[in-house]
Amino acid sequence: MAQRRTAWTRLTTPFANIPASTATTLALAMWIAVIGGWALLSYGRVVPNMFLPTPGTVLETTYRMSLDGSLFYHTLTSAKVVILGFIVSSLIAVPLGLWMGTYRAVQAPLEPLVNFIRYLPVTSFVPLFILWIGIGIEQRIAVIFFGTFFQQLVMISDCARSVSRDLVNASYTLGTKRSEAVWHVIFPAALPAILDTLRVTMGWAWTYLVVAELVAASSGLGYISLKAMRGFQVDVIFMAIAAIGLLGLITDTAFRILRARVAPWAP
Amino acid sequence: MGTLILNASSPTAAGSRVVMTETIRTNNPAGEAHTASDSRSAGTTMAIEDVTLRYGDANGVLALDDVSLEVAKNEFCVIVGPSGCGKSSLLYLAAGLNDATSGCIKVDGREVIEPGPDRGMVFQSYTLFPWLTVRANIEYGPKRKGLPAEQRRQIVDQYLNEVGLTPFADHYPAQLSGGMKQRVAIARALANDPAVLLMDEPFGALDSQTRGTMQKLLLRVWERQQKTVLFVTHDIDEALVLGDRVLVMTARPGKIKAEIKVDIPRPRSMDVILEPDFIALKRRILGLLHDEIDEDH
Repeated sequence: MAQRRTAWTRLTTPFANIPASTATTLALAMWIAVIGGWALLSYGRVVPNMFLPTPGTVLETTYRMSLDGSLFYHTLTSAKVVILGFIVSSLIAVPLGLWMGTYRAVQAPLEPLVNFIRYLPVTSFVPLFILWIGIGIEQRIAVIFFGTFFQQLVMISDCARSVSRDLVNASYTLGTKRSEAVWHVIFPAALPAILDTLRVTMGWAWTYLVVAELVAASSGLGYISLKAMRGFQVDVIFMAIAAIGLLGLITDTAFRILRARVAPWAP
Repeated sequence: MGTLILNASSPTAAGSRVVMTETIRTNNPAGEAHTASDSRSAGTTMAIEDVTLRYGDANGVLALDDVSLEVAKNEFCVIVGPSGCGKSSLLYLAAGLNDATSGCIKVDGREVIEPGPDRGMVFQSYTLFPWLTVRANIEYGPKRKGLPAEQRRQIVDQYLNEVGLTPFADHYPAQLSGGMKQRVAIARALANDPAVLLMDEPFGALDSQTRGTMQKLLLRVWERQQKTVLFVTHDIDEALVLGDRVLVMTARPGKIKAEIKVDIPRPRSMDVILEPDFIALKRRILGLLHDEIDEDH
C-alpha cells in the first residue's frame, strides 16, 4: 500500500514510530545544539571564561590530566566509592526487599521505618557519619549506601509484591512448598524488575558522589571539582562533570546488557 | 424433589444419542444427600462435603452455601454458573489455595488442607513461568518431585507431543500465542500426574476459534490419558462438549442447582453442538441459568 502519510504527519502522531536514522539525527542535533550553544557563549565572551570555559580549554585540560594519569586516578577512586557503596547496598536490599515484598510480617515492621528514613536528606547524615566512621573511604561508601539502600529496599519490595498471585498459586499446585516460593517463583519472576531497579538506583548512587566527597576526601572526581572551585578552575569542574556523566552512561549500558543476558525472556 | 428424566433419543446423522438425566434440587435447607443418578461413588476421587465459604466475618458475603458434590475416578465433571456465583472459588478451595468457612474436601479419601501436586490446576490467566522455556515449564513439577533427569525427559517429551508443541520446546512463554500457552499449562499440570485436574475457565481468555481447537485437543488428551477432571466454565457449549456430567450453580450464594448427565458417546467431535439432543440439553441449562440471572436483577 502506498505511504499516504507525510513525514511531518508521522513525526507529529502520538506514539508513532520514527525511522532510526531520524532518531539518530535528532539525538546528534541535540548534542550539537548544546555544545554549539556552549561554544557560542564561551568563545563569543557572552559569559566570562572565568565562569564558563571554552570547549577547547576543557578538552585541553582533559588531555593534560589524562596524560599525567590524574584523571584516571580520580575516576578510579570515585568509581570505587560508588560501586562499593552500591554493591553493599544491593547485596542487602535485594534479599531483604524480596522478603519484605513477600511476607507481611517482614513488611509491617520495616515499612514505616524505611519510609521515614528514605525521605531524610543524605547530607544531613554526613556529620554523623564523620563522627561515627571517621573520614576514610568507609565514610564516603556509607553516604552512597545511605542514599541508595532505602530507596532500593522499597522499590525491590514492590517488585516482589507485584508478582502475579496466580503464578505463585500455580507453583503450589505443581508441588512447590511455601518456603520454596520466594526462591523458586517470586525471585525469578521479579528479576527483570529488580534489575531495572538496580539500574535506576545505580544512577542515583552516582549523583551522591559529590556529596560523599564533599568532606575530607583527598581524591575523586567530586573532590577535584571542589578543589577546582576554590582555584577558579572551571574547566576542571566541567571535565569532572562530564566524566561522572560518562561513567553513569557506561554503568547504565552495562546494566542493560546484563539484564538482556540474565533475563532474555523478559520484554 | 422432582426428578425429570428426558430420554431424547432421536437417530441423528452421527447416530449419537443423548440421554438427559436431570435432577432438580429442592431448596430445602436441610439438604439432601448427593442426587447423582448414577452410582459411581465407589470410584470417587474427589468429594466436596457441605462446603460453605463466607468472605470476611460472620456478616460477610456468602460466596458458597453448603455445596456438596463428588467427582468419580476418570470422570469429566463440569460446573457451569452465572459469573460471580463462586464456581472459581470452589475450585480454589479444592486446590487448597483458600480455606472454606466450613465443610470439607477430600481427594482420594484424604482431606485437603493445603495445595499439593495431587491437585493440578490450569488457570484462566496465563500462569506459565516466563523465565522457563516450554520444556522447563513442563518439567517443573517432576523436578520438584525429585524424579531423575532421564525420567523427566521422557515425561516432558510425551506431554509436549500430546499437546503438539514439540517444535516449541525451547521457546519462552512470551513467544507463544494464548492458545499455545494454555496447551503448555495443560501439559505442565498433567506431567505431574495429579489425581484430579482442576480447570478454571482455562479457555476463557481465548478467541472462539482457538477455544474450539483447545476443546478438541483437551478431549483428545483426556480420552487418551483418562484423568479425573473438574472443569469450571460459563460457556454451556463448552460444558456439554467436554463433560460427562454438568453441574449448574445458582447465582451468589453459589449452590448446586441441577445435575445433568451428558450421555453423548465418545469420542466426541465438535459437530455435536448442532445435534437436536445437544440443543435440547443446552436449552434446558440456559433456562436454569436464566432463572438465576433474572432473580439476580
